Amino acid sequence: MNIAAAANETLAHNSNLLVYSAMAVYTLAFLAHMAEWVFGSRSKVGRTAAALTGQAKAPAAVAVRTAAKGGTAVLERPKVITRSAPGSRDVPDGPGAAGGTEKGDLYGRIAISLTVLAWALHVGGVVTRALSVQRAPWGNMYEFSTTFAAVAVSAYLILLALKKNVRWIGLPLVTTVLLDLGLAVSVLYTASDQLVPALHSYWLWIHVSCAIISGAVLYLGAVATLLFLFRDRYEAKLADPTGKQPGAFATSVLERLPAASSLDKFAYRVNATVFPLWTFTIIAGAIWAGAAWGRYWGWDPKEVWSFITWVAYACYLHARATAGWKGRKAAWLGLIAFCCYLFNYYGVNIFVTGLHSYAGV
Amino acid sequence: MSTKTDTPRDPGSGPETGAQPAGDAGTDLGAAGSQLSTAPKEEISFPSLGPVGWARWFWRQLTSMRVALLLLFLLSIGAIPGSLIPQTSIDPVKVDSFKADHPTLSGIYDKLGMFHVYSSVWFSAIYLLLFISLIGCIVPRTWQFVGQLRARPPGAPSRLTRLPAYTTWRTEADPDAVLGAAHRLLKKRRFRADRAGTAVAAEKGYLREVGNLVFHLALIVLLVAFAVGSLWKSEGGKLVTEGDGFANSLTQYDDFKSGPFFDTDTMEPYGFTLDKFDATYERTGPERGTPRTFRANVTYYTGADGKEHRTSIEVNEPLEIAGSKIYLLSHGYAPEVSVKDGRGKVVYDGAVPFLTQDPKNFTSTGVVKVPGAETKDGKRNQLGFQGFFVPTFGGKGSGSMFSQFPALDYPVLTLTAYHGDLGLDSGLPQSVYQLDQKNLKQYSAKGKKLAKMMLPGETMKLPDGDGSITFKGVKTWASFKITHQPGNGLALGGAVAVLLGLAGSLFIQRRRVWVRAVRGADGVTVVEIAGLGRSESARLPEEIADLAVALAPDAPAVPDPEPETETETETETAADAGPDAAPGTDGGSGAHPSAGPEPEVPAQPTDSAEPADPSEGARA
Ligand code: HEM
Repeated sequence: MNIAAAANETLAHNSNLLVYSAMAVYTLAFLAHMAEWVFGSRSKVGRTAAALTGQAKAPAAVAVRTAAKGGTAVLERPKVITRSAPGSRDVPDGPGAAGGTEKGDLYGRIAISLTVLAWALHVGGVVTRALSVQRAPWGNMYEFSTTFAAVAVSAYLILLALKKNVRWIGLPLVTTVLLDLGLAVSVLYTASDQLVPALHSYWLWIHVSCAIISGAVLYLGAVATLLFLFRDRYEAKLADPTGKQPGAFATSVLERLPAASSLDKFAYRVNATVFPLWTFTIIAGAIWAGAAWGRYWGWDPKEVWSFITWVAYACYLHARATAGWKGRKAAWLGLIAFCCYLFNYYGVNIFVTGLHSYAGV
Repeated sequence: MSTKTDTPRDPGSGPETGAQPAGDAGTDLGAAGSQLSTAPKEEISFPSLGPVGWARWFWRQLTSMRVALLLLFLLSIGAIPGSLIPQTSIDPVKVDSFKADHPTLSGIYDKLGMFHVYSSVWFSAIYLLLFISLIGCIVPRTWQFVGQLRARPPGAPSRLTRLPAYTTWRTEADPDAVLGAAHRLLKKRRFRADRAGTAVAAEKGYLREVGNLVFHLALIVLLVAFAVGSLWKSEGGKLVTEGDGFANSLTQYDDFKSGPFFDTDTMEPYGFTLDKFDATYERTGPERGTPRTFRANVTYYTGADGKEHRTSIEVNEPLEIAGSKIYLLSHGYAPEVSVKDGRGKVVYDGAVPFLTQDPKNFTSTGVVKVPGAETKDGKRNQLGFQGFFVPTFGGKGSGSMFSQFPALDYPVLTLTAYHGDLGLDSGLPQSVYQLDQKNLKQYSAKGKKLAKMMLPGETMKLPDGDGSITFKGVKTWASFKITHQPGNGLALGGAVAVLLGLAGSLFIQRRRVWVRAVRGADGVTVVEIAGLGRSESARLPEEIADLAVALAPDAPAVPDPEPETETETETETAADAGPDAAPGTDGGSGAHPSAGPEPEVPAQPTDSAEPADPSEGARA
C-alpha cells in the first residue's frame, strides 16, 4: 500500500470518528431539547395563548421605527397596520418549547449550542470523508445520508442565524438527524471507495448537491407541514368549545408551537423556494444522463421517482392556489410529496435496480 | 381561486367580480383585488341542458384548477408502476424472465400495458388531457393578462383601512400636491400608476404572471421536444474490437431501434476506427481494482470526403458527429486466436470478443466458431471452442478460475474444443457468444475431456491430428451506443424557460398600492397608503412604510389631534370573517374552515396613535 492510500485510510478513519462524535453531541443536544420541553411544560408563564383571544394581538404590529434622514421634515417611519385576511383564525404563535420559562430557555440555548458543535463535527466528518476518497462525498448511500443530515442542520442553523422563528424545529430535527446518522453508520455504511467512471463528471457535483440541498430543505418543510396538521387540529378543537377538547399532553406540546397559519406559511415558503431548485436538479440530471447514457430521459426508476416527486410538489403548489384545497388537504399533498422524495432515495436504491445504482447499499 | 380567497373582500363580492374589467368599480375591495391573478375560476354548477351547454361545461371543467390538480395527481400515480414492473424499453430480458415467473399476472399486465407504461394508452391519455387542460388554461389566461396590461390598475377601495397593510398620517400639504408627488414616486419605483379622483392606484409585479405563463408554456415546449425526440430518434449499439471500425449504415449495427418517423435512407455517412482502448485501475489501497479511466482512442471521419480526425471517447464524454452522438458504454477482452485445421491450413485468425461475466474483474466467456475447417483427409470438420478468459489469473494454487484484477496482468485462456456441425447452415439466427452443441462432439484425450489453460503464445493441439489453436494475445473491445435524437436543443430551451418562469412566478410578488389624500373638515389633509398583495407577504408592509417615508418631504406630518379607541377595528374584524366565507357557497370557492389565507401578522387593533380616519365614519 502506498503512502497516499494509507493517508486516505487515516482520513476515512478520522471521518468515521468525527461522525460518531457528532452523533454523541447530537444526543446531548437531543437531551437538552427534551429538558427544554419538559421545563417549558411546567410553567404557565406567558401561556395565555390557550385562550384563542385576549393577548392574541400582541405580536401584530410591524412597527419599524427609523427616523427618516434629512434635516427638515422629520417623519418617523410610520407604523403600518397589517390585518389578516378574513376567514383565518387569529391565533398567535405559541411561546416556543421553553414556554417562557427561564430554565427551559436556558436548556434550549444549550441545545442549540450543542447542535452547532455537533454540526461542526458532522461537517468535519463529511469533509474528511470527501478528502479520503478525493471526490464529492456522495457516491453511496452512507455518504449521501451523512451529507443530507449535515445540510438539513445547516439550513436550520442558517434560518436561526437569520433570526427566523424556527427554534420549534430543533427537537424533531435533532431526533431525525440522529436516526439518519444511526442508520447510515450501521446499515448503510460503506468503506470509502471510488466511483465508477460514469459518476466522474462535474454534473455529479451540480446534480447531486442540488438534490441533497433540495431534499434537506424540503425536509424542514415537511416537518413544518406535519406539525401544522397537529396544531391545526388543536386550534380547530379549541375554536369549537362544544366539541372534544385536546388532551393535556397534546395541549402542553401544541400550545407552545407556532400558530397553524405560521407553520403552514413556513412550509409553503420552504417548499415554494426549493421547488425551482428541485426542478433544476432534475434538469441537471437529464443533461448528465444525456452525456453519460445517450438519452436525457429514459424512465429509469430514479428518474421516474424524481418526476413523481416533482409532480407531487406541483400538485401541492396548485392545491395551495385552489379554493377548497388549501390548508389540510394541501398539507397532506405536501407530505405525500416528501414521502415520494424519501422513497426515491431509500426505496428506489434498495428495492429497485436501475442505472443509478450506488456502490454497496 | 386565488383571486377570491387570497384577497379580503366585502360581503357580496362574488367570484364573478374576478372577471370584471379592472378598475371599473372602486367601491369595494372585490374590484380592488380582482385579477391579481389570471387563474381560472372554479365552478361546479351544472349547466343548463343542451349539447352546447354540456360541451362548454365539460371544457370549463377540463381547464379548471381542480381538474388540473386531479390530472397532475393521476400523472404521478400513473408513473409509479413503470418504476416497479420491468419495462421492455429498458430491460427486455428482465421482462421475459418476469413473464416466465408470473404467467397469469403478466397476462393481465400485458393487457394493461404495464410492460411499456410510458407509451401505454392510459398514461398517454393522462398527460394528453393534462396538456389539453394546460393549453385551455394558458391561452385565455394570456389574453386576460394582456387585457390587464392595457387596463389601468383598479381604483382605490372606499375603505383603505380594510387592506392587509395600511398606514396614514396628517399633513398640511395640499391633497393635490400630495397625490401628484405620490404618482411621481410610484412611477419612479416602476409601479404602473394611475391617478383617479382623490387617489392614486398603482400596481407592480406583473412579471409574476408572465413568469407563470412562461412556465406553463415552457411545459408544452418540453412535451413537444420530447415527442420530436422520440418520433425521429434512432439508437443503435455496436461492439468494436481494437483495430476494427464502424461505418454508419443499418447493417453495421449489432442492434438498432428507431422512432416511427426515422428514415433510414437519410443516415449520415460517417464512421470510426477503434485504435486503442485504455483502461486504468487503482492498483493499491482499499479501492484496489476500482476503475480510474476508460478511454477509447478513435479515428473518425464524416461526410463523403472521409477526412480523418483522431480523438477519444470517454464515459460522460461522447463524440458528436453529424448530429449523432457516440457514447462509450462498456468494454471487455477479446482473445486473439489462430486456428489451423487438419491440413495445417490457417482457417481462423482474429480476435474474438468475450462477454464479461464479472464486471469488476472481467472474468469472461466466449466461443470461437470455425466453420471452414477440414480433417487431414479433407473431410468437412467444423470446429468450435468454448473459452473462459481471465485477465489476471490467480495462479495455479489459487484453485479458482476467476480473475483477480481487471487489468491484463496475467491473462489466461482456458479452452475446450468441439467438432461436428456448428449448425450455422440451419438458417436460424445464432448467438455469436454461444455454441449450439446439438450436433457437436467434444474432443477428449486419454479418456478425459480436452481442456487446456493457455498463456499468450501457447498452443493447444487437437487429437487425431485435427489441427491446433494458438492463443496469440489479447485485444480489448469497447461497446458503443450511437444515438441520433433531434429536439434536444428545444428540450434544453424549454427547460431553461421552465426555470426562469418558475423563478418569476414564485419569487416575484404582485401587489397593488393605493394612496389617498383628502382634506378633512379641519383643513388638514389626511394621507392614507394601503397595499394588497396577491399572497400575503412580509415585504408589503415594509414597502408601504418605505413609500410613506419617501413621500414625507412632500407631505410633512403634523401631530395627531386626538387618540382613538381600540375596540372598533377589532369588532369589525370579526364581522368581516363571517359574511366573507359565505360567497364560497355560490361557486365552490372554498368555504373550507381553514381555507383563508394565512395572516402575515395577526390583525392589529387600531393603533392608539392613529389619527382620525375620514372613512371611519362611513364604516361604523
Ligand atoms: C403539466 C403540468 C403542470 C405543472 C407541472 C404545473 C406546475 C405549476 C406550478 C409549479 C405552479 C406554481 C407557481 C405559483 O405558485 O405561482 C403552478 C401555478 C399555476 N398553474 Fe400550473 N402546472 C401544470 C398544469 C396546469 C394546468 C393544466 C393548469 C390549468 C388548469 C394550471 C394552472 C395554473 C395556475 C392558474 C397557476 C397559478 C396559481 C396561482 O395563481 O397561484 N397549471 N403550476
